[in-house]
Amino acid sequence: MKAALITFPGSNRERDMRMALTKVNNGKPPVDVWHGDSGLPEGIDLIVLPGGFSYGDYLRCGAMAAHSPIMREVKKRAEAGVRVLAVCNGFQIACEAGLLPGVLISNAGLKFICKDVNLRVETTASAFTKKYRKGQTIRVPVAHHDGNYTADADTVKRLEDNDQIAFRYADPLGTVSPETNLNGSVGNIAGIYNAKKTVLGLMPHPEDATDPVCGGLDGMGLFESIAESLS
Amino acid sequence: MKARVHVSLKNGVLDPQGKAIGQALHSLGFSDVAEVRQGKLIELELSGALAKKPKAEIEAAVKDMAQKLLANTVIENYSVELVG
Repeated sequence: MKAALITFPGSNRERDMRMALTKVNNGKPPVDVWHGDSGLPEGIDLIVLPGGFSYGDYLRCGAMAAHSPIMREVKKRAEAGVRVLAVCNGFQIACEAGLLPGVLISNAGLKFICKDVNLRVETTASAFTKKYRKGQTIRVPVAHHDGNYTADADTVKRLEDNDQIAFRYADPLGTVSPETNLNGSVGNIAGIYNAKKTVLGLMPHPEDATDPVCGGLDGMGLFESIAESLS
Repeated sequence: MKARVHVSLKNGVLDPQGKAIGQALHSLGFSDVAEVRQGKLIELELSGALAKKPKAEIEAAVKDMAQKLLANTVIENYSVELVG
């Protein structure tokens, strides 16, 4: 696996992400790429957009970063089939950049939510989740103010029909209901894929559930899936 | 030449800030406020060749800016107003 980790001004989860990626890649860290760079190294097979508050969430969260110089190259590589993992602010950036459909708006309760949540794995037919079981519940943290996934009804139907929903907010037993809807997201959606399932965007932080002394290990399955798929 | 781009949330898109503002107005005694929607106003001072073009062309250019960056048309509507 040869990963590139993109850092924007205001990113703040790139260090956590680097640790998780290094752990599953035989100690080899990802290549660090700055938002102002215009190119990515050859042979990159995974691009990661980490969490944070890029450009201070100016205009709309992710809107400025989506048009930063490096994103032109990210879009080009993504179109060529390079895998993209977009977490939290990365998910917002991916939506604004058109890599994923829909948009993330303010949480329905208007509060910043920082806590562990239960996610139901909706599909394992992807490079990102094949080490999980379908319907499995994993526990990972969230930390966001704008995580309320919204899209028009046609888009949501297309996501449902094409098995493009990656994770939904659930209870510990995997039941998805209005009560387990963390932030108002349509259909309790916590993460989605693009049509080819080469781009995954999610609001929760699997990279912060990759160490037993800090948040548990439920996020490991995602990173091990990626490492195995790209080895 | 100045352009004003008004950005507002589409009908049906949850506007928690608008709701909170509405509640605050009610608590101040403005009980006749039914619904509040919060949007934003982006002012652009235009210069160079664009500012000298016919209004229709300027409007088209500003709409292009709104489509590409200033508004997210999944959730927002926009309108363009030219001033001066």
